[in-house]
Amino acid sequence: MFGPLPWMAAGLLGLGALAKVALDHGEPINALWLVVASLGCFAASYRFYARFIGAKVMGLDSARATPAVRRPDGLDYVATDRNVLFGHHFAAIAGAGPLVGPVLAAQMGYLPGSLWIIFGVVLAGAVQDFLVLCISMRRDGKSLGEIIRMEMGEVAGGIALLGTFMIMVIILAVLALIVVKALAESPWGMFTVAATVPLALAMGVYSRWIRPGRVGEVSLLGLVGLLAALVFGQDVAQSAFWGPLFTYTPIQICWILIVYGAIASLLPVWLLLAPRDYLSTFLKIGTIIALAIGILIMAPALKMPALTQFVNGGGPVWSGGLFPFLFITIACGAVSGFHALIASGTTPKLIASEADAPFIGYGAMLAEAFVAIMALVGASIIEPGIYFTMNSPAALIGTTPESAAAAVSAMGFAITPEAIVQLTKDIGEHTILSRTGGAPTLAVAMAQIFSHVVGGAAMKAFWYHFAILFEALFILTAVDAGTRAGRFMVQDLLARAVPGFARFGGMAQGLIGTGICVAAWGFFLHQGVTDPLGGVNTLWPVFGISNQMLAATALMLATAVLFRMKQQRYAWVSALPTVWLLICTLSAGWLKLFSDDPKVGFLSHAAKFSAAAAQGKLLAPAKSMAQMERIIFNDRVDALLCGFFMVVVLAVLAAAVRTCLAAMRSEVPTVREVTA
Amino acid sequence: MSGFLRRLMGALVGMPDYDAYLAHHLAHHPERAAMTRKEFFRNRQEARYGKGGGGKCC
Repeated sequence: MFGPLPWMAAGLLGLGALAKVALDHGEPINALWLVVASLGCFAASYRFYARFIGAKVMGLDSARATPAVRRPDGLDYVATDRNVLFGHHFAAIAGAGPLVGPVLAAQMGYLPGSLWIIFGVVLAGAVQDFLVLCISMRRDGKSLGEIIRMEMGEVAGGIALLGTFMIMVIILAVLALIVVKALAESPWGMFTVAATVPLALAMGVYSRWIRPGRVGEVSLLGLVGLLAALVFGQDVAQSAFWGPLFTYTPIQICWILIVYGAIASLLPVWLLLAPRDYLSTFLKIGTIIALAIGILIMAPALKMPALTQFVNGGGPVWSGGLFPFLFITIACGAVSGFHALIASGTTPKLIASEADAPFIGYGAMLAEAFVAIMALVGASIIEPGIYFTMNSPAALIGTTPESAAAAVSAMGFAITPEAIVQLTKDIGEHTILSRTGGAPTLAVAMAQIFSHVVGGAAMKAFWYHFAILFEALFILTAVDAGTRAGRFMVQDLLARAVPGFARFGGMAQGLIGTGICVAAWGFFLHQGVTDPLGGVNTLWPVFGISNQMLAATALMLATAVLFRMKQQRYAWVSALPTVWLLICTLSAGWLKLFSDDPKVGFLSHAAKFSAAAAQGKLLAPAKSMAQMERIIFNDRVDALLCGFFMVVVLAVLAAAVRTCLAAMRSEVPTVREVTA
Repeated sequence: MSGFLRRLMGALVGMPDYDAYLAHHLAHHPERAAMTRKEFFRNRQEARYGKGGGGKCC
């Protein structure tokens, strides 16, 4: 379309804007510079790099039949319009990750995060999604695990599957933790999120019996109910009777979520999971579009500095320096391994032509990167003093506006207790101190943007809780769906490993599978909730490391496939991002294991607590010897998990190298594509 | 609602188009009865969220 010139112009405009963002540190710059920089770079990379990968590297051929054309069944394999399929794929890949990671990364300023998102997605993230989509599309839409087994051997496939399950456990725990942090001590938020459960049940009954198949209609009704709950929630929160009934401590919400997750995974899907998914998906897409429009209209200035003093480490939000920890803090949005599971899921079975693959695979990931840029903009337009008040743990800033203002101002981000109290009142909350996890911070930013466009200051509290609901709803849907998927994974594993398990009834199997899955993520969630440094500090890096390692695994598979296609002269396309991800994740994993700094290294943290315990001393936050023991135990579990992920990725690396060497010895392509 | 928008909304939540299914079925398997709209809806819901389903990202 239009020839290459407009795309080149867009790229040059993007690079020009990026230069302005990177080099102009005098006045606060406008967020639109960042928007133009990212969109321009994305447009040019889509037109030139994605097209190069499609034409030269993968040799896409629109005459070659896709699975949907070769074996259509009207159900799983359906040739789908590219724009419709783009929506399907984007809705499946875009979750909480690209919203949370960039907010956490903003502690180093907006510049490192934006550069990593832009260059990471263009050279690694979108490449991974696109290559995996192509590879799966040429194998009947087989899953990542199956393809690894086909191309790299049984052992590599088994290891990758086990790794995937553990990654899912960590993702569920960290997502649930974000919800806990967003809803704790917030009756308004808790009420609206709780209201989605009866609402979803009603929607489920409606779409099961009253008007089956009317997804749009039932979602619209649900949305009306949601808005009513949101408006009504304010009265509930202020009521002397109802308010306390919806006010919970983090640990209480942790247990509520664990019980809820277990029940949700056992209920029929049409009753709770499906209707919630409809509601949360439409709300998610609608809100993302509204946020983009809001940013364009408001054109806010970035108040966060381009770089803060925390680039060298010592930041209150998460520990460690820019390298390697920035690159694992922003996973989704720049490069996310979980996408490899989606790109080898339903999408390859729906693609109508090989020529659509760059638009779907590469393009949808660029769209997710833009969501990440918007989250970064959001975190950077609020006062830095507010940002650090909300994201620093209580251990650093205390529990009163006065202590927080003093501590944050001492970091160099001036803020007054009055400003903290005023914002707390404006957004209708009890407190904004140490509301870590990213979601509340983003909600404050979204409230600023939305109330600028609609409703002014009077609507700020409404928009804040709208944003919290938006985030919590789709995170909880992911927790539901993930627990269910994890439950089946456990059941499959048990059926293979334990003789006799298959003889249990379906209900018993379901209970056991669910119990194990929920206990696994519940363990990490509970540990995160009781962590004095806020939990996110501990869990988010483990999540980032594991997600990036899955990305490295997918890219290693792509590299092995390119070698087996005898396309190794282009293997740098996937090998270079693989090397970068291996460097980042292995060094981050090494530091999490062995760093001398107890804030960074799990083992040195355990050693510090063991030494104190041996002398009979208690270290905060432990209030008893039993709690000391549990902290030490948690540290060791985290260390073990980190080590496990490193071993998994090294094993896959060994299999990939062996596969590539074997492929080089062969005269002819050894790749196993499904053609007929 | 226009056809495109209806199909897009279905695709966002992984619900394929019933009309396309029916056309395919009538063209390829006229000897077998096609699922009704209701059966199709339940079948696809089970397929998306049932065993091995839940294609969601972080």
